[in-house]
Amino acid sequence: MSNSAVETDSHAAHGPELLHHFVTAEQQRNTASLAMWLFLATEVMFFGGMFCAYLIYRYWYYNEFAAGSRSLNIWLGTVNTVVLIGSSLTVALGVRAAQMGKRKLLVVLLLLTLLLGLVFLGVKGVEWHDKYVEHHIPGASFSVADLVREYPQLHIDQSHAQIFFSLYFAMTGMHALHMVIGVGLFIYLTIKAWKGTYGPQYYTPVELGGLYWHFVDIIWIYLFPLLYLIDRKPLK
Amino acid sequence: MIDHFPLWPPGASTMAPSVDALFIFLTLLSVVMTVGIFAVIIVFLAKYRRRKGVDATPIHGSVVLELGWSIIPLMVFMLIFAWGAVIFFQERTPPRSSAEVYVVAKQWMWKIEHSEGQRELNELHVPVGRDVRLIMTSQDVIHSFYIPAFRIKQDVLPGRYTMEWFRATKPGTYHLFCAEYCGTMHSGMIGDVVVMTQPDYEAWMAGKTGGTMASSGSDLFQSLGCVTCHRADAQGRGPSLVGIYGKPVLLEDGRTVVADDNYVRESIMSPAAKVVNGYKPIMPVFQGLVTDEQLNSLVAYVKSLSQPPAGTQSAAADTKSSPKE
Amino acid sequence: MATAAVSAERETYLNKEYGIRSWLLTTDHKRIALLYLASITLFFFIGGFFALLIRLELLTPAGDLVLADTYNKLFTMHGQIMVFFFLIPSIPAVLGNFLVPMMIGAKDLALPRINLLSWYLYIAGGALMLYAMVEGGVDTGWTFYTPFSTAFSNTHVVEAGLAIFIAGFSSILTGLNFVVTIHRMRAPGMTWSRLPLFIWAHYATSIIQLLGTPVLAITLVLVVLERTLHLGIFDPNLGGDPLLFQHLFWFYSHPAVYIMILPAMGVVSEVLACFSRKRIFGYAAVAMSSIGIAVIGFIVWAHHMFVAGISLYAALVFSILSYLVAVPSAIKVFNWTATLYKGSISFATPMLYALGFIGLFTIGGLTGLFLAALGIDVHVTDTYFVIAHFHYIMVGGAVMGYMAGLHFWWPKITGRMYPEWWGRLAALIVFVGFNLTFFPQFILGYMGMPRRYWEYPPEFQILNVMSTAGSTILAVGYLLPMVYFMWSLRYGKVVGDNPWGAAGLEWKTSSPPPTFNFDETPEVTWEAYNYDQIPVPEEAWLE
Repeated sequence: MSNSAVETDSHAAHGPELLHHFVTAEQQRNTASLAMWLFLATEVMFFGGMFCAYLIYRYWYYNEFAAGSRSLNIWLGTVNTVVLIGSSLTVALGVRAAQMGKRKLLVVLLLLTLLLGLVFLGVKGVEWHDKYVEHHIPGASFSVADLVREYPQLHIDQSHAQIFFSLYFAMTGMHALHMVIGVGLFIYLTIKAWKGTYGPQYYTPVELGGLYWHFVDIIWIYLFPLLYLIDRKPLK
Repeated sequence: MIDHFPLWPPGASTMAPSVDALFIFLTLLSVVMTVGIFAVIIVFLAKYRRRKGVDATPIHGSVVLELGWSIIPLMVFMLIFAWGAVIFFQERTPPRSSAEVYVVAKQWMWKIEHSEGQRELNELHVPVGRDVRLIMTSQDVIHSFYIPAFRIKQDVLPGRYTMEWFRATKPGTYHLFCAEYCGTMHSGMIGDVVVMTQPDYEAWMAGKTGGTMASSGSDLFQSLGCVTCHRADAQGRGPSLVGIYGKPVLLEDGRTVVADDNYVRESIMSPAAKVVNGYKPIMPVFQGLVTDEQLNSLVAYVKSLSQPPAGTQSAAADTKSSPKE
Repeated sequence: MATAAVSAERETYLNKEYGIRSWLLTTDHKRIALLYLASITLFFFIGGFFALLIRLELLTPAGDLVLADTYNKLFTMHGQIMVFFFLIPSIPAVLGNFLVPMMIGAKDLALPRINLLSWYLYIAGGALMLYAMVEGGVDTGWTFYTPFSTAFSNTHVVEAGLAIFIAGFSSILTGLNFVVTIHRMRAPGMTWSRLPLFIWAHYATSIIQLLGTPVLAITLVLVVLERTLHLGIFDPNLGGDPLLFQHLFWFYSHPAVYIMILPAMGVVSEVLACFSRKRIFGYAAVAMSSIGIAVIGFIVWAHHMFVAGISLYAALVFSILSYLVAVPSAIKVFNWTATLYKGSISFATPMLYALGFIGLFTIGGLTGLFLAALGIDVHVTDTYFVIAHFHYIMVGGAVMGYMAGLHFWWPKITGRMYPEWWGRLAALIVFVGFNLTFFPQFILGYMGMPRRYWEYPPEFQILNVMSTAGSTILAVGYLLPMVYFMWSLRYGKVVGDNPWGAAGLEWKTSSPPPTFNFDETPEVTWEAYNYDQIPVPEEAWLE
């Protein structure tokens, strides 16, 4: 900090959003930004444990993971990927709108992001319902008899397949939970944006919300290939 | 008074002196370091006690000292590492011709079966001076087979074999403890390792009834139908098992693995995991159809197909592989 | 909360506002530190009570005090409470929260509301843990090994797991707050190389909290899911791997021990410098060694698994790395010792605890060398040798560091001095009681007594009796400060800004401090530990 010692600030010198333990608005912004990046680092470690488990079991139980992968709906997964990438676009544009002081545009973009997020969750719900119907949800009524029939050459072991689906639901479930939190966050941001809270002077929450949303998007960008795509090479 | 205040466990295996030697070295090193540091501190505390008119001398540091007391400890640590690693390597490398004993752990008892067929519960009789390899599995949770007098310990896992070996050097009765917390009677899952002289051991062996594990395994091999596919003349739908134990096996996915104890076990419990090159994955799954004891007998039987007739059995190099590799 | 008797005019963080709402809704880092102080002290005594019951049972070889299942719950909950609800928060959440902003010249932490959230998460986790205890407890061992915890235990594994999960987020957010604060909130002139070593230690600790705790979180989630839905991720009967659990668990739980010790090392540096009246010898080496411990500490976890079924080669790698992580700790001990050379040393209570730390941490650390040696570990792992080792570090080390810090900064926090002779007496009692409790356990371990044993063969009894005797002395040593600290709040001598004549920005403001810490933001132009510029105050406790 190159500022000289500052006594109690007069409120005329800064907007109402500057918290009193900060010296300048810039310090507050930088702090919030660093905090969010560090939080996202913790989220990487959090998901990392599951990715680690998934990669190890995929190596051990390749056949069952291949069959499990193929039983996922690649079209719905693709739709969801496009939806999420689109929502990251809308949120990035939203941050820009806030920077430029365009309140109405910001509200529209935040709403769009929110809606695309809900579309994602809806499609996910459809996929999970399919899994439910196919008895692929781990637990008492779990059965991969259908996969065994479809891929006799893979010699699928039911318990190994259940591990695939356990990890599938754990990973997509945890991701969906983060999406739900994101949707909640964006409802809050939309309401605040509509009230005119954000502008070129102060748009940190939009920026941080955007960062969070991008992160959830990136997790999906890893999940989609790992779960849906990489075990689809032709079987022997 | 001293004999009633034991401070040292008995040492009754070939590994015990090596482990004790390193331990004593480390203890001496620790005593020297502790006394040394304490002495220096006490001297400084006394000599530089606060006195009126005498100020502290500000000293920044010394790169030479920093490097010195980083590099020298590091070198000492590397020495200790190497010494410990050598002992560990010996502990993990059972000699080729070890007698084999199968251990099945369950809450809260040790079921032991010698390859010659004797069964024991919470007791392990061994002859002095003979290499013994324990092939262990658990029926339920993780346990650990610990013989303090031999200085050996190995966790016992459900779903796979783990091994340890020893050669006892002194007749006597020694503690056997479970050393991995396993529930209510974890502290009750204890027993005795009875080391006997060769003649006493033979007398004890003579008291057994029933056949060897390999012969029980052979009976199972017939009754479970294994023999219909795994024919000795290699004409069956499954590979012949004669001579395969301890040798590399080419699998249909291109990998080569060594046919160790875990491989044989996995092939019975989860055959599709590793299919031999040139064969179809049609072997039925036996998980849930055989008990751990029956499994052990089958494994012993398959191993017996690789040994020279009569005399000692051979042991594959201590497995590094898990059932999934 | 008792009030400090300050002059009616001067406003401090304690008397600025009264009432329970002003405490429960505070965002003042100093008040939050006191909220933590009260809650972790409660958990310390609960965990300590379980320890006493354990030691009582172990007076005799037979299991004659409690049932086996009860004993298994006692050691499990002793471990869980002490690790997750006492040690991990202790110094960071109490002393760190109070001092980090002050030491860098800031008005508060970067994220004060997140700080309050951290405390509430801790309370929520603690409440759930207490609920699990009251409902019958957990008996999996604090390590939750599978498949016992997921498929065999009949106790409240889910509640305990979730309690620790929630408390873990408290830890993550505290770590996050500290890192951001240290990066962004330093006063003008407070460069990285002028930071007190306490700050460096907390920075390193916070990195571990941030990056390690989430892995424990996801591991506990998977255990809870597995247990409730009968999945098979960690259960071999269902195709899973129990060793995967162990790797994921220890990936956090080994760095966790550095979360517990690094802050105490930071305290020791501050206390040693003050009571020797000189800067810590080798400041840069000590600062960098904290970072080194944090980094290397992340790659040694499987030294808890040498006999678990890992390969020979994995064991070799983790053994050698474990020796590497011992080097920075050794560096600290040597640097602290060198600090005493040509110092001007006095023996106030904090200094006694700091010296005790150095001695006991040295012994604990040296026994770590035994455990990292593969050939030795095979014999002593899962025995009382390991228990003795980690109690030397965590109790002889971390708790003594915490006591040193509590005594050192008590006058700053409360404006009152504790009674010095009682402080010294308690320190001595703790030192004697501690060694009597835990040294015999090294011998028990090498003799072969396994850990988590409710009953044991008779030849182990004498050493167990010694250990139990020591634990009663230790208990007295911990109860005494409870009493005299409370006494001091009303009757302790009122002190000024800097009763110890210590260096550090926190001593340049009043005791207790005002709500925003400093009347004017400090501008730092001096190096840390500028004791040559600070005169020794004339106080009775500095003799």
